[in-house]
Amino acid sequence: MSNLVAQHPVLVVAVIKIAVLMFLLLTALAYLTWFERKVVAHIQSRWGPYRAGPHGLLQPLADGLKFLFKEDVTPSGADRFVYYLAPFLTLSLSLTAIALIPFGPGEFKLFGQRTSLGIANLNIGLLFLFAITSLGVYGVALAGWSSNSKYPLLGGLRSSAQMVSYELALTMSVVGVLLLAGSFNLREIIAAQQGFLWGWLPRWNIFASPMPQVIGFSCFFTAAIAETNRLPFDLPEAEGELVAGFHTEYASFKFAMFFMGEYASMITVSCLATILFFGGWLSPFPQIGALAWMRYLPTALLAAGSAWLVWDGIRYETLLGKIVLPVLGVVLAGLAVLIALPGANDFIQGPFWFLAKVFIFLFIYVWVRGTLPRFRYDQLMAVGWKLLLPASLANIVLTSFAIVVGKR
Amino acid sequence: MSLELVLFFVLAAMAIGGAVSLILQRHPIHSALSLIVVMVALAGLYLLLGAEFIAAVQIIVYAGAIMVLFVFVIMLLNAGVEARTNVSRMARYVGLPLGFFLTVELAYWIAGGAGRQAPVSAGPTPTRELARMLFREFVFPFELTSILILIAILGAVVLAKKET
Repeated sequence: MSNLVAQHPVLVVAVIKIAVLMFLLLTALAYLTWFERKVVAHIQSRWGPYRAGPHGLLQPLADGLKFLFKEDVTPSGADRFVYYLAPFLTLSLSLTAIALIPFGPGEFKLFGQRTSLGIANLNIGLLFLFAITSLGVYGVALAGWSSNSKYPLLGGLRSSAQMVSYELALTMSVVGVLLLAGSFNLREIIAAQQGFLWGWLPRWNIFASPMPQVIGFSCFFTAAIAETNRLPFDLPEAEGELVAGFHTEYASFKFAMFFMGEYASMITVSCLATILFFGGWLSPFPQIGALAWMRYLPTALLAAGSAWLVWDGIRYETLLGKIVLPVLGVVLAGLAVLIALPGANDFIQGPFWFLAKVFIFLFIYVWVRGTLPRFRYDQLMAVGWKLLLPASLANIVLTSFAIVVGKR
Repeated sequence: MSLELVLFFVLAAMAIGGAVSLILQRHPIHSALSLIVVMVALAGLYLLLGAEFIAAVQIIVYAGAIMVLFVFVIMLLNAGVEARTNVSRMARYVGLPLGFFLTVELAYWIAGGAGRQAPVSAGPTPTRELARMLFREFVFPFELTSILILIAILGAVVLAKKET
């Protein structure tokens, strides 16, 4: 075995990168739930989680512990094997998808191996991502079927129909991007979006010159929300009609796994929208002298955040908050100084813009959830088949025409 | 043993195990799941051969679309456990000898070196090449297939309309 490891140092580096990414991702998942609850609360004029830790910052931890210690009930007559398989399938597939996302252009050395940000760099990256998403249906469908209960079965049936319908529009809507980039490789797709139109408009695919992918992006994002079973397309778990849909009979950590799977797919979809239509890690500002200070934008943002944390922490009601928040502020200030250093500053630019764009998409996800009511089932099918699919097909035809005409 | 060889044996075992389990399982859903395992293992084998595009399409089309329909239909009909019957007379007197004969024949050909030709390709085939072949040399069969599928869709719509 040690021989195998020595022969394949790439494997060792990959395992380390996977471990680090997993840690970061699971933390991000936990705090995404906190973020969502806070934002939805403020949309609805509430405070959201406030009791567990200052500003409810320990709420994800409390939730996680609660999930671990809840009684794990298996319904009688459930198909044991499939019942246990379903949540594993959901979570592992949505975590696998993250492995294909490139987070930045920079390279670094680990054990003498040059390696890039992101775990796998495949020639067929995008296709492979769609292959993994297309398997995601099974988690939901099998969970619904194996619970041996009528609400989950109906939820599972609905969701298989919905995900199969929207997958088509999802895949078709990115063909325009593929035509423009000429590659399935996610890094090459980002590289094809470099440069600026008229010196100020970035050549991202959403503004690309022969045919802006506005239709493509609208279809993609709508279909992606449906594919991740989020509001306004969360009919598989419509609580008014189906109790909780496919995961009604799941308790304890198995329920948490569905929950984490859903949030991980949200992150994947936001990353994908950033990569395909908004230039991935490319900065939205041209590299000219007047905007050279832009490279210190991450530092400035972190410093502002740290100042606010210290100011808010001193006035906070509880003693814990008076201690924790200023300490967090000081940590952020340290990070701000660290990423202003010359070497780190270059390295941080790509990931900074990438994560900033992903964050905006995650906010839109939550914003949509807090704003729009749920669709009816027939409306959902009509939107998928009669609006999104024809629109994305039209986008393919228009983009191909624009490319052919543009080449003449 | 190289990593490729290890992966090959793991995937081959997965494919054969899935195929055997597909026949032996008594519940339709379990059989369908076994078939999905076979499909995914085959995709892995294609990947080992360097056919990346075929591997991804294998998962998207077979495991992700066709098998979802299978599972969907089984769930919709709520099909129960199959009753196990004795092997029919036909299977006993015709099937078993024919199966035995096929095994002997395959073993004979493999022992005779039928599978020892040079490997089909070395290294990954770019998707671009595949597309060029499909849309230049094989464009007529390609279009013919799409017309066939269109006819099948129309047939399905006509059949579905009749019901209501």
